[in-house]
Amino acid sequence: MNFFQRLKNGLKKTQKGLVDRVSSIFSGRSGIDDDLFEELEEVLIQADVGVKTTFALIENLKEDVENEDIKEPEVLMDYFHKELKKLLQDEEGGIGLDDKLNIIMVVGVNGAGKTTTIAKIAGRFKEQGKRVMLAAGDTFRAGAIEQLQIWGDRLGINVISQQEGSDAAAVAYDAVQAAKAREMDLLIIDTAGRLHTQKNLMEELKKVKRIIDAQAAENNASVEVLLVLDATTGQNAISQAKIFNDAVKVDGIVLTKLDGTAKGGIVVAVKNELNIPIKLIGVGEAAEDLQDFNPEEFIKALFSAE
Amino acid sequence: MIFSSLAEKLQDTLAKLRGKGKLSEDDVKAALKEVKMALLEADVNYKIVKDFVKKIEERAVGKEVMESLTPAQQVIKIVNEELQNLMGGTQSELNISSKPPTIIMMVGLQGSGKTTSAGKLARILSNKGKQPLLAAADVYRPAAIRQLQVLGERLDIPVFSMGDKKDPVDIAKGSLSYASSHNCDTIILDTAGRLHIDEEMMEELKLVKTAVEPDEILLVVDAMTGQDAVNVADNFDKKLNIDGIVLTKTDGDARGGAALSIKAVTGKPIKFVGTGEKLADLEQFHPDRMASRILGMGDVLSLIEKAEKSIDKKKAAELEEKLRKNEFTLEDFLDQMDQVRNMGPMDQLLGMMPGMSGSKQLKNMQVDEKQLDHIEAIINSMTPEERRNPSVINGSRRKRIAQGSGTNIQEVNRLLKQFKQTKKMMKQLNSGKLGKGGFKMPFFG
Repeated sequence: MNFFQRLKNGLKKTQKGLVDRVSSIFSGRSGIDDDLFEELEEVLIQADVGVKTTFALIENLKEDVENEDIKEPEVLMDYFHKELKKLLQDEEGGIGLDDKLNIIMVVGVNGAGKTTTIAKIAGRFKEQGKRVMLAAGDTFRAGAIEQLQIWGDRLGINVISQQEGSDAAAVAYDAVQAAKAREMDLLIIDTAGRLHTQKNLMEELKKVKRIIDAQAAENNASVEVLLVLDATTGQNAISQAKIFNDAVKVDGIVLTKLDGTAKGGIVVAVKNELNIPIKLIGVGEAAEDLQDFNPEEFIKALFSAE
Repeated sequence: MIFSSLAEKLQDTLAKLRGKGKLSEDDVKAALKEVKMALLEADVNYKIVKDFVKKIEERAVGKEVMESLTPAQQVIKIVNEELQNLMGGTQSELNISSKPPTIIMMVGLQGSGKTTSAGKLARILSNKGKQPLLAAADVYRPAAIRQLQVLGERLDIPVFSMGDKKDPVDIAKGSLSYASSHNCDTIILDTAGRLHIDEEMMEELKLVKTAVEPDEILLVVDAMTGQDAVNVADNFDKKLNIDGIVLTKTDGDARGGAALSIKAVTGKPIKFVGTGEKLADLEQFHPDRMASRILGMGDVLSLIEKAEKSIDKKKAAELEEKLRKNEFTLEDFLDQMDQVRNMGPMDQLLGMMPGMSGSKQLKNMQVDEKQLDHIEAIINSMTPEERRNPSVINGSRRKRIAQGSGTNIQEVNRLLKQFKQTKKMMKQLNSGKLGKGGFKMPFFG
């Protein structure tokens, strides 16, 4: 199965929800009227595109109708796709490794899918023959260290850890030292899930990041921060992205759990409001279900008919 | 806090109406449009919002309302009633079996917080004198069993597990005989997270249900869930006929509209809400109280319950006496602060006070618990005489106190100034002359 098919399969639910309804809005009516825009508003909001972004999109479309003197709904549908593309366009998905130690710090709220995402990223690079190491930086949640350890065992990857309750910054420090000493290509550091509104925990996260940055500078390593967002999340994802970005500067987003019925429209909102690139999407349980985000394919898969 | 931002928006909108003597149909429509936006921004499902607004409009634009003497009040009343309808009834208790053990089954999507909620629920039941057993039937997520075992150890509650190689149906059955041989009267069955559209995995839950016939199936839902909440809840409910909802992660800034959607779609009550990281952070949910909190009428009932749980009655009576005589000292203040802090985080408490839940001041006010620690340290660094009579604190004493408490002179000065203001305010309160500016919390300017 090639990438496109897999993506399409993973997004099948998304498609059924969005595509059919979007095309039925534009086709099967004689003119462009308020009802059309209201129906579009309904579909977009139900796809979690978010109130702000939805209304911006619809305003743009209304302007297009005015400026370009559009009369046919089908023509307007092309404009709709164009406007959507505009919001997502420059994205470059995927993660590339430099020819030195690459450190990826994975952050997110509780239950977003950080640990599973880490395992999938690690598996992907291990398969490419890279030397990968994991750091169990979630020293808070019961069983979190074991969870990562089990993944490490399955993948044949070393996991640096201390006991539960220990200082996450110390784990990060140890891990960078170990990764450097053992000449790793990639070190992925897990962190405890935290609600972005917990000030003290966000301060702790900043501290971990400072340690990593300092160690990276000393050891000529690169650092990338990935924020894991659950596609089931509503507009709170925007707030999460904002606050995590302010705290540790997020370099990219991993959107997980797109294989449910959640529409994933939050991607559009996050990109539109914060301009943080989406790097990877999770469309299933299997390792290969973590895929590079590709806006062209994404929109195509989202809107093309079966 | 959950719902606070929704509350703020709704109150702002309704306040605009309140200021009007006469209402036109357009006034109502404009207000309802804002209500609609507020609900949508809170992630309430689009269809539900549409119905909700339509219902209010039908009731509000009628003759009786528009031509009544107080049309704005009438509209607010209608919104209030419909909101309470939406949130549904009073508080619902867990189903307890007349023939123990009672079996509670936790189900939900991955990452919604089932395992943590199972532990928290066990704690509540144990505090109520039950003998709960946690049963680990999540055989898929690595270390899920271990997570439950650690929670069990912390809570001193037994955990039943058969490892991750056994069928969840067998584990559920096994937990029954374990419970009866270990005198446990309640089993909390933790199951693996799964997608509601994963037929195979949903079938597994059905088999577990048929095998042990749980008295209570609780769907655990993340408060941050978006529009998809209706699909998730509807699917789980159709397949399992759930009995109630546990709403988790409500301590973030999610507006919690998903809760309203789920109630509307399934008709099943929200029974518990998770309010924090700690094992004590699970509360019974009172829909009626929450509705009034949203509408800015406060949640005095919950506040009183919290106070009753943690405030020493004798001390309270003494304090009242002192307040009346204006003999309130820094020592009393320290005492009082300890008791209030026992009730829970300040921002949560303030949110329950009438007129405070949606207030902008509250939103911008980060109640810094650390600041409270500093205040404690400062007072603890004073001599008994200084605490009783702060006017003796001169420059060198201030310096000593600052050093002793690890703070600085400015902080000591601020505390003393605020204490003076508090005493002044108490005096006003006693003489019944509280200014029109309303109650200003001391120490959190």
